[in-house]
Amino acid sequence: MLELIHDYWLYFLVGRYPEGPLGGLALTVLLASLALVLSLPFGLLLGLARLSPWRLLRWPVAALIHVVRGIPLLLVIFWAYFFLPSITGHESGQFGTMLAALVIFDGIYLAEIVRAGVQAVPKGQVEAARSLGLTYLDSMRQVVLPQALRHMLPSLVNQFVSTIKETSLGTIIGLAEVSFIASQVNGLVLTKPVQVYFLLGMTYFVLCFSLSRAAFWLERRQARLLKAAA
Amino acid sequence: MITFDNVNKYYGEYHALSGINEHVAKGEVLVVCGPSGSGKSTLIRTINRLEAIASGRITVAGQDIYAPGLDVNAFRSHIGFVFQQFNLFPHLSVLDNCTLAPQRLRGLTRREAEERALALLERVGLAHKARAMPAALSGGQQQRVAIARALAMQPPLMLFDEPTSALDPEMVGEVLQVMRDLAQGGMTMVCVTHEMGFAREVADRIWFMDHGHVLERATPEDFFARPQHARAQQFLSDIRSPYGVPA
Repeated sequence: MLELIHDYWLYFLVGRYPEGPLGGLALTVLLASLALVLSLPFGLLLGLARLSPWRLLRWPVAALIHVVRGIPLLLVIFWAYFFLPSITGHESGQFGTMLAALVIFDGIYLAEIVRAGVQAVPKGQVEAARSLGLTYLDSMRQVVLPQALRHMLPSLVNQFVSTIKETSLGTIIGLAEVSFIASQVNGLVLTKPVQVYFLLGMTYFVLCFSLSRAAFWLERRQARLLKAAA
Repeated sequence: MITFDNVNKYYGEYHALSGINEHVAKGEVLVVCGPSGSGKSTLIRTINRLEAIASGRITVAGQDIYAPGLDVNAFRSHIGFVFQQFNLFPHLSVLDNCTLAPQRLRGLTRREAEERALALLERVGLAHKARAMPAALSGGQQQRVAIARALAMQPPLMLFDEPTSALDPEMVGEVLQVMRDLAQGGMTMVCVTHEMGFAREVADRIWFMDHGHVLERATPEDFFARPQHARAQQFLSDIRSPYGVPA
């Protein structure tokens, strides 16, 4: 196994970079980070739209959520990869396709998390904010969302961890992320599939576990700050 | 200051407010009492449009509060509202609870808003808790902060919806003291409360409500000594001897 690491660690980390395009673990981390950063505001907007008093906003978003939630991510990726170019006329890159699929797919799950978080904030909080004269948007931004976000943290982490693992589906459209690279390595070595995929599993585990721990730390810190006596 | 003109409100079939025609004068301290479900909380919540009415007219300071084109947020910012459950913002410090709205709605700088807030916290006896989070305060302290938060908008009218009902008995006094000071300062106040001692001592007038009607409007002396309506007599005798034994 050490020999395996010794021979392929650079390929595993960055793919064929710098001679070729960036790949490997670096690409996975990049894809996952971008997907997280973009899907959160997207999910927030969808979630708020779903809670909106205006039906014109609420219904299309509810429909979108029901549709996307009802199909596997694999299909979303296929559609993005084969269907989008037929509309746009451009071939979509693998990275862009994966990113778009992840943002849409995870955005709709995040929307429901946002909805649950907002609805868990006591009604009196909104009433107090509105009584002071704050607008709907101000009371959302200043009063409701900061509290909702705290309720949402455990579910958000769940979703983010999923996102990290979902990047591995990039393999099927030939995106050179870490799972794809692992398969390549396995093909080159041929005799050590157990070791190769064990290392791959460990890699995902470390990524996801660190995120969970970071979130747990954040949660405890939040709880402490809220009880500060001075 | 406040006029109700044939105001009606329904919850489904239930007639929550039934043809209310009343007036509250500027500078008046009004206590609204009555059994639970009588419509007193609903009534006070209609004054700043937390509850919509089905028909009739409410004017506050001469302004029809359902006039088309009325900026409801600006309107609400001139009425202080104090809730039974305090509703402090738990993610903000005591000071930030009191500076949020003045900064966003009155164009105050952070510094100006903090000065105003600290002066008010001083007035309710909690300046030393300015940096604390709400969860670190007792119920009575939280309610006093809630009053300071409402006062920070410098409203000419304050509404209190059962401000002491969620408090442990030993904390009721400190909140009532703040309200008493406010009344003596000439604030127009509408208070839904079960604190009959406060009503007797501080109120200019008392309304007694039942089943969505204002059945009785009287000075505290008259209300406690000579209640006219049978339902009011029953209510007073019930709260005086809750165990059925004359106190």
